[in-house]
Amino acid sequence: MTYHAPANVEEAISLLGSQDNAWPVAGGTDLLVQMRSGRIKPGAIVDIKQIARTMGTSAKDGGFVIGAATPCTALLKDDALCKAWPGLVEAANLIGSVQVRNRATIGGNLCNASPAADSVPALIAADARCVIAGPQGEREIAAAELPAGPGRTNLGKGEFLVEIVLPPREAMSSDAYLRSIPRTEMDIAVVGAGVSLSRDKDGVCTQARVALGAVAPTALLVADAGEALVGSQLDDSALAKMEEAVKAACSPIDDKRGTIDYRIAMAAVYTKRAAKIAYDRAGEGA
Amino acid sequence: MSGVLEKQELKIVGTRPVRPDGADKVTGKAVYGGDYHLPGMLWGAVLRSPHAHAKIISIDTRKAAALSGVKAVATHSDFRESDDSDEINAGETMIDIDAAAQMCLAKDKVFYDGQPVAAVAATSAEIAAAALDLIDVQYEVLPHVIEIEDAMREDAPVLHDDMFTQGMPETPKTASNVSMRLEKITGDADAALDDADVVVTRRYTTQMVHQGYIEPQSCVASVSADGQAQIWCSSQGAFMVRSVAAAITGMNLSDLRVVPLEIGGGFGGKTTIYLEPVALVLSRKSGRPVKLALSRDEVFRSTGPGPGTIMELSLGATKDGILTAAVMDLKYQVGAFAGSGCGAGVMHALGCYRIENTRVTGCDVVSNMPSTNAYRAPSAPQAEFAVECAMDEIAEQLGMDPIELREKNGVKPGDPSFSGAPLGQVAFMETLAAAKSHPHYSAPLGPNQGRGIAAGWWVNHGGESTVMVSINEDGSAVVATGNPDIGGSRASMAMMAAEVLQIPMQKVRPIVADTASIGYSMLTGGSRTTFATGRAVCEASAEVVEILKSRAAMMWGVEPDQVEWHDGEARCTAPGSDEAPLGIKQIASQTAKTGGPINAEIVVNPHDALPTYGVHICDVELDRETGHVSVVRYTAVQDVGRAIHPSYVEGQAQGGAVQGIGWALNEAYVFDANGRMDNSGFLDYRMPVASDLPMIDTLLVEVPHPTHPFGVKGVGEVPIVPPLAAVTNAVSHAAGMRFFDLPLTPDRVYAAINSQS
Ligand SMILES: Cc1cc2nc3c(=O)[nH]c(=O)nc-3n(C[C@H](O)[C@H](O)[C@H](O)COP(=O)(O)OP(=O)(O)OC[C@H]3O[C@@H](n4cnc5c(N)ncnc54)[C@H](O)[C@@H]3O)c2cc1C
Repeated sequence: MTYHAPANVEEAISLLGSQDNAWPVAGGTDLLVQMRSGRIKPGAIVDIKQIARTMGTSAKDGGFVIGAATPCTALLKDDALCKAWPGLVEAANLIGSVQVRNRATIGGNLCNASPAADSVPALIAADARCVIAGPQGEREIAAAELPAGPGRTNLGKGEFLVEIVLPPREAMSSDAYLRSIPRTEMDIAVVGAGVSLSRDKDGVCTQARVALGAVAPTALLVADAGEALVGSQLDDSALAKMEEAVKAACSPIDDKRGTIDYRIAMAAVYTKRAAKIAYDRAGEGA
Repeated sequence: MSGVLEKQELKIVGTRPVRPDGADKVTGKAVYGGDYHLPGMLWGAVLRSPHAHAKIISIDTRKAAALSGVKAVATHSDFRESDDSDEINAGETMIDIDAAAQMCLAKDKVFYDGQPVAAVAATSAEIAAAALDLIDVQYEVLPHVIEIEDAMREDAPVLHDDMFTQGMPETPKTASNVSMRLEKITGDADAALDDADVVVTRRYTTQMVHQGYIEPQSCVASVSADGQAQIWCSSQGAFMVRSVAAAITGMNLSDLRVVPLEIGGGFGGKTTIYLEPVALVLSRKSGRPVKLALSRDEVFRSTGPGPGTIMELSLGATKDGILTAAVMDLKYQVGAFAGSGCGAGVMHALGCYRIENTRVTGCDVVSNMPSTNAYRAPSAPQAEFAVECAMDEIAEQLGMDPIELREKNGVKPGDPSFSGAPLGQVAFMETLAAAKSHPHYSAPLGPNQGRGIAAGWWVNHGGESTVMVSINEDGSAVVATGNPDIGGSRASMAMMAAEVLQIPMQKVRPIVADTASIGYSMLTGGSRTTFATGRAVCEASAEVVEILKSRAAMMWGVEPDQVEWHDGEARCTAPGSDEAPLGIKQIASQTAKTGGPINAEIVVNPHDALPTYGVHICDVELDRETGHVSVVRYTAVQDVGRAIHPSYVEGQAQGGAVQGIGWALNEAYVFDANGRMDNSGFLDYRMPVASDLPMIDTLLVEVPHPTHPFGVKGVGEVPIVPPLAAVTNAVSHAAGMRFFDLPLTPDRVYAAINSQS
């Protein structure tokens, strides 16, 4: 196995394309664990952390750009990001422990393609876009399009994620992410729920996106769950409608971490709670 | 000598000095099993069964042996042929040598996923791992069975064709998975149940649980050309390691020296061994030192957890809350081999209370999972969980305060013990009273909160110990014991010695000696070390004081009884004497002229250990929408005799409580359809993490042991007994319905609440 730390995007693309069984690495908190357990046996590791574009956060065109290799704890230091996207930042900072988060990245969380990844429902709810570089140049896809199934992505040979782009934020908008775990930390989501919404001065929800983790092979955008909230003040009947849409969208598995019934029930409970938090946060500026 | 100590004002015992092993531990210098390396050392690796139950048809190791860098390969045939009857006393459990050998390397069958089958030693860990892939094992896979009730069915696959249930009036002629049955009867329980005003009849279950010690087992073994050998490892008893490793490999005990390293937790799990005999064989064959270390996955799959249980209980009382009858049946899921099951469960189940009419039956059931081993108060938490939950229901039905119900029935000094002999100076009543008056017990509860209390007891052990106390020529002292320090015992030993010698604790250095440097000592377990080994420390120190006095007498030319020992110096009381006192250093520096080195070796084997009692108060908050239980306040009240170093006693109470909370809330083994463990890591085997817990408050109740020099009772095990029921009772009160099956995971609690409404 060889290890490479390219200094720019082009070098990385060429290494990923030319080396046998090459894997990008950001924080390594998934990759190294999978190597140790024997699940993967890379021929080459391409460390993307030396590439300037992959590190750090910045404001751009009213939105934000997050380098794919930015550690989760670094997100906390960008006040404007935390203010605009508190839910995404909290989702990234639920991962593992502080030690893990000092390495772990949302890029890795997304590209690892676990259905239970914590930051992914928040990214999808945020309508985040992924900037992907590859032998054919750069392309942009929605965050929801990147994972293809458990452990699989839609990245082609030689491609890797460079940046995550968050859209401009309207006034009175916010987001929230909650997960169901048996303990309080160091656990994998039994269900994850991300909600991003906007409201007007009268407290009427004008736009909402609801995304779920761990209830299907990939994290899901549940469009009709978001629509159920629009036009409401998150009253009980709107929330009930949203919960029904959430339950209908779930197709979870029974496994050691949760039963089908429990996962579906919790998807509704945690989405409801996340929606209320996002709604209250969105109103805070009013 | 207890008379001497009683008169003293304690200066050191009861204080909280820095522990002698502390600096190295917090700076990372302490040498644990995994840290040990030798020049020329080889790396061992173990091939494990992928099957839960299979016959081994053949093992072909030729390709592995031929791999460059591989220096030795081992299978069960490298062990000594053992007799069925070989057993070694490991304190709370007996170690069957034949079974222990099969847990090191399988013989002709594998009984659980992860059982070792073959091992290699190579010049690097990578080569050793690659060599395992070259070993060809042919299996005939057999049907497997995991759960107690499945294993007891008539058509169940039988693990051992020579297992005929012991303890029956007549030994059965057909083999089964029930290794033994037990029965203990007093009075007429059935008649008394019929007459009782209230009866609670319930079925309870608990899961198999791992001790979860932070340090996986690890050892280095080195066999010399003349057959002498050394092992460096961490365990709860170097003498236990020596006995078992020598028996399995066929060595003389005097040819094997076991050097104890620092231990990162044991909780009973390190009272037997899985690696050392294999490392010995590999070293013998390669002529080089060999290191073997388990991964966490291997720890879960191949070392002994505590057993799961199914328990049925009928408990009856009068309307005044006097317990009159109990009928109880306990089934223990002991894993692949016999042992570690219902014995202590039957003994402990009802032992907190005076109940005239009882019938307690128990049985041990083997099945295709790792063979269970001791886990802190082995077998008691399960049985007492059932009783303490039923007690809570009786109290509720009678409208009686649950502590008052326990006070009405709790054992007192002089009441008959399990064996029939009267109980000594037990302090259950004092412990209950302390819990009742603790502010926690009457604090208001918030919405969706519930409070549970539960009691528990553990018998505690004495046992054999050797101690040597030596005075150095500068007046400092060394205290050598043969007991690994798993809970701060070195601090306690140094404190007790310093108290008797009347010198500062910093002048006393405690060490854990190897098996060739001190006489036999039973392992650290059974909450025996500070009690039994501590007694030997006191006696040896007192003997040293006598020697110091006689040396001073010699130096002064007076009679020994004309010398008194005060504040670490000899004072002459001979009539008319105006000799200045002789300090310990002055005496110690003159030993060449006064009769040679000053030291004392003492052996003890006390049988007067006293049981101890705990009463825990637990508040939980239930999230009714999700079934999630949070422990919001927890207080452990415990009878401790006398706390030598209170911080470490409190630490024991806190640690036991936390482990018990884990049993109650989340811990369980998960097996897939093929009987392979599906959660062999801390991610999915959910012990509590720090953020799951409130500060565990403790209250130590000190009623000294009347015949121990410092009043010590065993404290390490009892605190894991009450939490299972304390948590469960709290959840039951928060939910407004009863729970009987552990663990109380969110999905189970959620399902229960929703099936009710
Ligand atoms: C103790 C522990 C606890 C954890 N807890 C959680 C948790 O609570 N929630 C959770 O969601 N996860 C958890 N994880 C998993 C992991 O930490 C996260 O998924 C993390 O976000 C991965 O980021 P990383 O940078 O370390 O990824 P890496 O390990 O570097 O990479 C992960 C995968 O993505 C690929 N990859 C990485 N970056 C790129 C890129 N830019 N372009 C293309 N492919 C890329 C890699 O090749 C690899 O396949 C935990 C892990 C550990 C060890």
